[in-house]
Amino acid sequence: MATLVHGAENVLRVCADPNNMPFSNQRQEGLENKLAKLVAEQMGAKLEYTWWSERGSLAKNTLNAGRCDVLMGVPTSLDEVTVTEPYYRSTYVFVSRRDRDLRITSLADSRLSDLKIGIHVVGEDLAPPAYALARCGVTRNVVGFSLFGAYGEENPPRKLVDAVERGDVDVAIVWGPFAGFFAQSANAPLEITPVAPPLFFGVPFTYDISMGVRKGNDALKDELNSVVERESAAIQKLLARYGVPEVH
Amino acid sequence: MHRKTRSPLAVLALLLVAPASAQIQNQPDDGQWVMPAKNYASTRFSTLDQINTGNVQNLKLAWTFSTGLTHGHEAAPLIVNNTMYIVTPYPNYLYALDLTKPGAPMKWVYQPNPEPSSQGTACCDVVNRGAAYYNGKIYYNTLDVHTVAVDATTGKEVWNTKLGDINLGESMTMAPIVAKGKVIVGNSGGEFGVRGWLAGLDADTGKVAWRAYATGPDSEVLIGPNFKPFYQAERGKDLGMKTWPGDAWKIGGGTGWTWISYDPELDLIYYGTSNPGPWNPEQRPGDNKWTSSLFARRPETGEAIWAYQLNPHDVHDYDGVNENILLDLNIKGQNRKVLAHPDRNARMYIIDRTSGEVLSAETFAYANTTFGVDLKTGKLKINPDKVSGFTTIRDACPAPPGGKDWQPSAYSPKTGLIYIPHNNLCYENQGLQANYIAGTPYVGMNVRMYAGPGGNRGEFSAWDPVQAKTVWAVKEMFPAWSGAVATAGDVVFYGTMDGWFKALDDRSGKLLWQFKVGSGIISQPVTYKGPDGKQYVAVLSGVGGWAGGIVAGGLNPVDGTAALGFVNAMSDLGKYTTKGGMLYVFSLP
Repeated sequence: MATLVHGAENVLRVCADPNNMPFSNQRQEGLENKLAKLVAEQMGAKLEYTWWSERGSLAKNTLNAGRCDVLMGVPTSLDEVTVTEPYYRSTYVFVSRRDRDLRITSLADSRLSDLKIGIHVVGEDLAPPAYALARCGVTRNVVGFSLFGAYGEENPPRKLVDAVERGDVDVAIVWGPFAGFFAQSANAPLEITPVAPPLFFGVPFTYDISMGVRKGNDALKDELNSVVERESAAIQKLLARYGVPEVH
Repeated sequence: MHRKTRSPLAVLALLLVAPASAQIQNQPDDGQWVMPAKNYASTRFSTLDQINTGNVQNLKLAWTFSTGLTHGHEAAPLIVNNTMYIVTPYPNYLYALDLTKPGAPMKWVYQPNPEPSSQGTACCDVVNRGAAYYNGKIYYNTLDVHTVAVDATTGKEVWNTKLGDINLGESMTMAPIVAKGKVIVGNSGGEFGVRGWLAGLDADTGKVAWRAYATGPDSEVLIGPNFKPFYQAERGKDLGMKTWPGDAWKIGGGTGWTWISYDPELDLIYYGTSNPGPWNPEQRPGDNKWTSSLFARRPETGEAIWAYQLNPHDVHDYDGVNENILLDLNIKGQNRKVLAHPDRNARMYIIDRTSGEVLSAETFAYANTTFGVDLKTGKLKINPDKVSGFTTIRDACPAPPGGKDWQPSAYSPKTGLIYIPHNNLCYENQGLQANYIAGTPYVGMNVRMYAGPGGNRGEFSAWDPVQAKTVWAVKEMFPAWSGAVATAGDVVFYGTMDGWFKALDDRSGKLLWQFKVGSGIISQPVTYKGPDGKQYVAVLSGVGGWAGGIVAGGLNPVDGTAALGFVNAMSDLGKYTTKGGMLYVFSLP
């Protein structure tokens, strides 16, 4: 049974961002919150949160600082943690208003030189699509939107999808789960298309997502893996409910 | 240690200079220390000479004071009216110690209570570079982007002005100066996609009188009809916008996170701006003005008078923020009003501070990323084989912390030399790797730093600004990450990250005295005359900062890319020092 004994009862200690829908929020409305609840139930453990909105090195300051035992969603390729088997694979997507009828599917589309393109800024780095666009000489018409935004506000990453809806940008290139979730509540119908090709100028756009535990905590990893395997149907349903664009 | 003898020409040049009293480097000195750089010229030179080459070996610990904090301590203590003031890292306490009583007991502590979430916003440890005294008040910045004025006698807050938003990635760590009744401050946060600015606040009320951005239209950079840069490359309308793709200037960096100097006669303040964002230079084709640049501005209005971009389209994280020491020198037979700026790119710029003309820009540390500066055009000659970005590069020197980072140099008018604590680091950039921020995968560059040629990661050297060359240099195992202080006693002081506080002969570099403190030194030593008439030397120990984050921040030594790749170069620091903020004060018995 669970290795996470604190006092007499099993506890699943999770670090999560308090304001980062669709993944997590303090009201536990996010898909990673629901997944954590499911996992805790399956393990017969009590769920405990440490809320942490670190913008720098999340794994370093939470999981690896011992503040918790699991991060619910990390890229499988992240090397600073031990990861479970991936439980979904998503992609960066193009988001545009359906009434614009742009039908952009490829980073090689020549119209991207002229359209106004919104892309998230992660700290001092732009999200992966901007790297590839820069290689094609597309920089002048790229507008950066901070992923952290004004953190005091609700859902800072939503601003980019809102900008598409309002017509402030023609197209956004954004991590799939953000697009899928915020499009659900958009006022205008939005078109969401996976970025092709999945690897362009050496930049990957599709990522496997796993749960992450501290390096060496194989017992917990094994336990989480068995939950992922056993509950794959429930997890698939959860991902669909949050509009996560999955690729296989 | 290796030495170089000074040429007879250098000595001759020193003899030819204008009468000493008229030179800006000969500042009046009452034995106090009222601003981090000692004086407006930023010489960090004290005329005190009780402690000298003949007796420094007798220096003894006089008293100590614990700050109770464990992050990196970078500040200079201030000494005003027989009181010592110490600003700590976050949570930015201001301590006042009574120097008239034995053991210097605490008079009061002011606690500004900055927002706890600001800790996650600061890129490179939650440091503070110190306070400034002016007209009965102590002025300093808090990490959560406030400037505060505190009554120097009572410790009561006089005003507290919020200048920015930590939620947008801004923070504040620099040391203000007060010039012409304005408290002048700048933001930090170049690692978080912010737009840099410098602001002038009314010293009495805290009201913002002006704010000058580093990027954007001339109207917001405060460039007007009086802007007369020396070089053609700096002329043209709205270069702060036009040298960027699209709206990229809005998150382009250019913060002012360190020092400001002031020439009262020319009525100009001098400071440098940080590197541009985003990190990947391919996403921001163009010169990216006015990042990594020097500005001369009017203190009352912020109006820009000249600017010079040190590192156009910076690709190595070479901020232009290092100190500017104001000197009047005879160069090639002419008396010139210059500023000396040892840049991150490892070049010591000697620049005419009236015009912005570069007079020399030779290397004080090993560099292969640049070939030199064309003095006719002001253009930095860049080595195309070491251009960082999307592709992997190897053995690029200096590394992002530069030939020298924030750690301030000192200048002695007695020797005519600049004393430079600095780095010897190179780096490789291994292309892209997966990273993530809560729920979001992205790619980042994988930077690793390591010791440069010789294997020593730091050096303390003496530079002749007239001859533009090193006179002597002492090797240090770790980057020399503390400030320097020079004295009329012909002794220079600095501290090392492994915790040695050292006194060197200012003409030879010979080690005359050293003392092992509790934690590594990354702060600014000072010297002052106590109420008993004796000369004291004071320094904060407390390792941390960007270089020391492996100890203060508990970073994983196995993850070489942590702290923006600096951990790789510092993985053994934990074997030599532990964290903890403590003030050490020394005197002769």
